[in-house]
Amino acid sequence: MRYSAFSLAANALRAKPRWPRVWRDAAPKPAYDVVIVGGGGHGLATAYYLAKAFGVANVAVLERGAIGLGNAGRNTTIIRSNYREPGNEAFYEFSMKLWEGLEQDFNYNAMVSQRGVLNLYHSDAQRDAFARRGNAMILHGADAQLLDQAGVRKLAPFLDFENARFPIQGGLLQRRGGTARHDAVVWGYARGADQRGVDIIQNCEVTGLRIVGGQVMGVETTRGPIRAGKVGLAVAGNSSRLGAMAGLRLPIESYPLQAMVSEAIKPLIPGVITFGAGHFYISQSDKGGLVFGGDIDPYPSYAQRGNLPVIEEVCEAGMSLMPMIGRLRVLRMWAGVTDMTMDGSPIIDTTPVRGLYFNGGWCYGGFKATPASGWCFAHLLARDQPHPTATAFRLDRFASGAVIDENGQGAQANLH
Amino acid sequence: MRLTCPFCGERDSEEFQVLGAAVGPRPNPRAEDAAAQFHAYVNLRENPAGPHREHWYHGVGCRRWLVVTRDTRDHTILDIVLAAP
Repeated sequence: MRYSAFSLAANALRAKPRWPRVWRDAAPKPAYDVVIVGGGGHGLATAYYLAKAFGVANVAVLERGAIGLGNAGRNTTIIRSNYREPGNEAFYEFSMKLWEGLEQDFNYNAMVSQRGVLNLYHSDAQRDAFARRGNAMILHGADAQLLDQAGVRKLAPFLDFENARFPIQGGLLQRRGGTARHDAVVWGYARGADQRGVDIIQNCEVTGLRIVGGQVMGVETTRGPIRAGKVGLAVAGNSSRLGAMAGLRLPIESYPLQAMVSEAIKPLIPGVITFGAGHFYISQSDKGGLVFGGDIDPYPSYAQRGNLPVIEEVCEAGMSLMPMIGRLRVLRMWAGVTDMTMDGSPIIDTTPVRGLYFNGGWCYGGFKATPASGWCFAHLLARDQPHPTATAFRLDRFASGAVIDENGQGAQANLH
Repeated sequence: MRLTCPFCGERDSEEFQVLGAAVGPRPNPRAEDAAAQFHAYVNLRENPAGPHREHWYHGVGCRRWLVVTRDTRDHTILDIVLAAP
């Protein structure tokens, strides 16, 4: 059914509302044109755009558990396109434009809220770097606004502007940035893909890849073998494990990234605010909880949980930024497993195995990229050519040296 | 998490810095395929879900480099030895 004001009103008036299932729980067929491994936001978006924009509907999305419970359900829901490097910014701005039309496009309320993303600066040098980044954003068609201290005070008067160590001088504001409801994004893409004939197959773990003579033939799963013309991996967090099934050694290490949410309070934080003198970002959910996070834990892990020293560090950064946060209690904390690449930027590319395509290495920036990642991966799967905004996300850039290192950290995955 | 440093004994993880996977030794720069070897050495990782050998530095203690073998599925420390005995 199509969701509309009319369908909402009609069901509100019925004694027993008739809301149908949002998508079918499909059983695997013996063969598909394209099999996508990973039922997170990126995998489902890929299937959706394959069916909708590229006319490839004989597609299956395989998910080990239930869809959207990996990193799609563990992020801090921030959307933005405030990058600097040429290979990145066009892609993230493409994603931002897709976010802006997403709900009308897939007829589902993803609660996209362009409430603004504000990056604070604390020194002259940082202001200059932010001005440069803002100019790069504007040159790629994004919006950016450099605020002085008075401008930031107007938006967020509660910050500790006169902090002795890290006084706030101003900030770089992207008004079109904001947040979106992560579960709704997953469900919206799943529903849209399902309506166009895509099979979403849950509790179906891929245990091996069938490769004959350098050509992928299909996948082995816990629900039996499935033949496929093409296989796309969208399993960020577990990319190395799936890559190893194809004999690939990837420029990726898996690290836990933690996030926290406080008890709910009245509306306080107008958008997303990031601390410029440490790694800390905060926003307020629609339920009222403050959602915040910071750095990854320093050692590789697949455990989907982190350790206390990082939580302490994140909370300390929060206290330096807005001391009143100390009066709140943290309700929950959790972690996702991030694919950290050696330059901090993602990979959307073909692989040395014919018919096997790779999407991963999203570091801790995967959620905002969901629409463009899906679109660009679908483009690559359907046409064997990278999308014009994703030509730099090559797997071989680490060998060639054409890396996209926003932070200039070098090949040290836990520093990006 | 607590680690038992072979030199200092059991210490809190906050005393240590993690470098990452222990992928030595450094390739020979005069080898025929030095570029390919260095690419693999610098960029490519096993990244296993299971026992993982990694370099930790005991900066707040003995300032020795350690090779820690740790299970990446549950953070269990399996073995700690000095990187250069």
